Amino acid sequence: MQLNPWALTGIVLVAVVTFYLGHRSSRFAVSTSDFLVARRTVRSRRNAAAISGEYLSAASFLGVAGVVLRDGADALWYPIGFTAGYLALMLFVAAPLRRSGAYTLPDFVEARLGSRTLRKFSTTFVISIGILYMVPQLQGAGLTLATILPVPAWGGAVLVTALVAINVIAGGMRAITVVQAFQYWLKLFAIAVPTFILCMVFFAGGGPDGARPLGSAAPPVFVADTTVDVTTDVTIQVKWKVEFSAYGKVDGGPAEGPGFWGPDTQHQVSQGTKLKFTKGTPVPVISGARTANADWLRPNSSGVDNLLGTYSLMFALFLGTMGLPHVLVRFYTNPDGKAARRTTVHVLLLLGLFYLFPTLLGALSRMYVPQLLITGKTDAAILQLPTAMLPGLGGQILGAVTAAGAFAAFLSSSSGLLVSVAGVVSTDVFRRGRVRDFRLATALVAFLPMILAVALRSEDISFSVGMSFALAASTFSPLLVLGIWWRKLSWHGAMAGMVVGGGLVLAALVITLVSGYTGGWAPWFTSQPALITVPVAFVTTYLVSKATRYGVPGDLNGVMLRLHAPDPLGFMRDRAVARFGQQAEEKTRLSKGKHRK
Amino acid sequence: MSDDDFDFYHPVDEDPVRKPDPTLGKNLNRQSEPEPDLLAQFLNPPPVPQVKPPRRQRVVLADPRVAANTLRARVELEEQTSWGELLIKDLVKEQLRTGLLLGLLVVVLLGALPAVFFFLPDFARLTIVGLPLPWVILGVLPFPLLFGVGLWYNRLAERHERAFVDMIEN
Repeated sequence: MQLNPWALTGIVLVAVVTFYLGHRSSRFAVSTSDFLVARRTVRSRRNAAAISGEYLSAASFLGVAGVVLRDGADALWYPIGFTAGYLALMLFVAAPLRRSGAYTLPDFVEARLGSRTLRKFSTTFVISIGILYMVPQLQGAGLTLATILPVPAWGGAVLVTALVAINVIAGGMRAITVVQAFQYWLKLFAIAVPTFILCMVFFAGGGPDGARPLGSAAPPVFVADTTVDVTTDVTIQVKWKVEFSAYGKVDGGPAEGPGFWGPDTQHQVSQGTKLKFTKGTPVPVISGARTANADWLRPNSSGVDNLLGTYSLMFALFLGTMGLPHVLVRFYTNPDGKAARRTTVHVLLLLGLFYLFPTLLGALSRMYVPQLLITGKTDAAILQLPTAMLPGLGGQILGAVTAAGAFAAFLSSSSGLLVSVAGVVSTDVFRRGRVRDFRLATALVAFLPMILAVALRSEDISFSVGMSFALAASTFSPLLVLGIWWRKLSWHGAMAGMVVGGGLVLAALVITLVSGYTGGWAPWFTSQPALITVPVAFVTTYLVSKATRYGVPGDLNGVMLRLHAPDPLGFMRDRAVARFGQQAEEKTRLSKGKHRK
Repeated sequence: MSDDDFDFYHPVDEDPVRKPDPTLGKNLNRQSEPEPDLLAQFLNPPPVPQVKPPRRQRVVLADPRVAANTLRARVELEEQTSWGELLIKDLVKEQLRTGLLLGLLVVVLLGALPAVFFFLPDFARLTIVGLPLPWVILGVLPFPLLFGVGLWYNRLAERHERAFVDMIEN
């Protein structure tokens, strides 16, 4: 990829501003309460921007456009699902969860069911979900940096991890709240402006010369002479005859020069091969993707499996949001249940505003950068689209804007995840509320996803994130929904539900990974397990709770009162502050007057 | 932070027949007093019983200036008298019903779409303003819908809560 100095500048700028804002706020982060909770001085609207900023991860920024490029109308369910998940959170979970005073999900588990065993057990799932969500962010960062600079793919992962870890260690939650709010607006800007400009270019120019209309029954074509660098081994399916020149290794044998692929064939292209295509050649796609534009344009056009997969995805996204660790932690910064609900309404508005844009960019990239379909690295669509549409300085600057936005996406969601998972680890595993424990937990928790991001082959960002949503939906949503609204939930039931739901999703994940490396034989429900695992988890929780009525907490009425009584009646309790914050607050109050905001 | 051992009125007389019933009464494990020694009582009349000052209670409240009514109502709820329990169950049921109905609305509206596109492919081929209809329905319309439903639920939920608090405070 050619070096785009503007993009590099943009990324550096984002990193510097993030660091500066984090550092400025971190000077006021003194007590554990600050680290864990941002001391609840955050206003509702800024909190909404912070939540949205954190929530709009690489999956939203890059992944949506990438999956729209590949799957077309079926991919539109991702943005809908991400937003609907927040609505589900608000309808069923937001206010009672805040009133429970729980700071993390294991905290809520103990508050509601009174079981320390279950609390420790749920910690493992929180950590799994966090790691599963963070790995694609880091891989996306690697991809972005590899698109901009000639660095290897793992460079971005390591850089983002280091940056995020330093920021979090320095200031914790307090530091990143301001950062997150800034990053929401940055991301919105970074996606809206290129979209407007590129759409204007498109409508003015009427599309690239010789581009196939998006509705035709033919595949997309290359709009210019293109060279494709294959960086990982790929299997390509060819439906229409393709002429090309290859330099490298194709189908196991060396290739040095022109050749062609016949229709309805599949071919293996090895890493390091360069493929050259001339303008007007139909684009072969990575196997598994849609070949013709007409299929791409219509939703649910390929069979019942696809329909069920869509429903499964909706299940996962709708119910998974409430189980994500960084979402709940961000909730705690609201003063009471009513504010938590209000914040969520604002979040719905901000998210809806954002998701209009990646879809458009994905559609444009089907016309302008179809070569990404060959390598399968469709997540790079937004990064490469500006330079493909606007040659010269304009394209480079817009490319820089999108790269900066993508970088902001990785930084914000990785920060949020890191804070929340480190918070869980430090309060549940280390079990003392010292700031030092939190910092140690951060370092540990940051290390593992980094290793995984480098070691594992990178999947589509949206797929991996979808998996973490499926895991969250199968483990924590039965617990939250039934726990908040049903009196008879017992801790045995909750544990059984978590084990069954989580176990099934993890098994599906392993099967998908294995099948990805060995030829793709897995059925649809292993890559989208939620349609099966979520109802199974709910039913298991229900049945086991009915069978173990003695597992209901003793002070059930008090608990339900605390969760549901309106805030003016004053039943809410702050668990985290009660445990750690009070001593910490006393200490800081008595210590030599450090100026506290 | 234990609200369990507040004790506004320490019972003064040990009359087993009629105990004074404090309006904020609580089930305490009251050990029965030993039989008074009549001779000792005659010789050393017991001193004038002192009313124990109400034990200090740490109450964690969102609003430090709590109306007396609210405090009383709160304590009644926490006493878990049957009235309090019924009330909160009612509120819970109402909030749940609102949430479920609105959730069902969204699920039905959005969930019908994949099936519609699958079973009616001609519907999927329509265009509106030059854009394919499915893209408009899936890419643009759900977001105002979700925001609108969220706003609506927020209004309803706050209304239920206000009504509950008003009812309690009477």
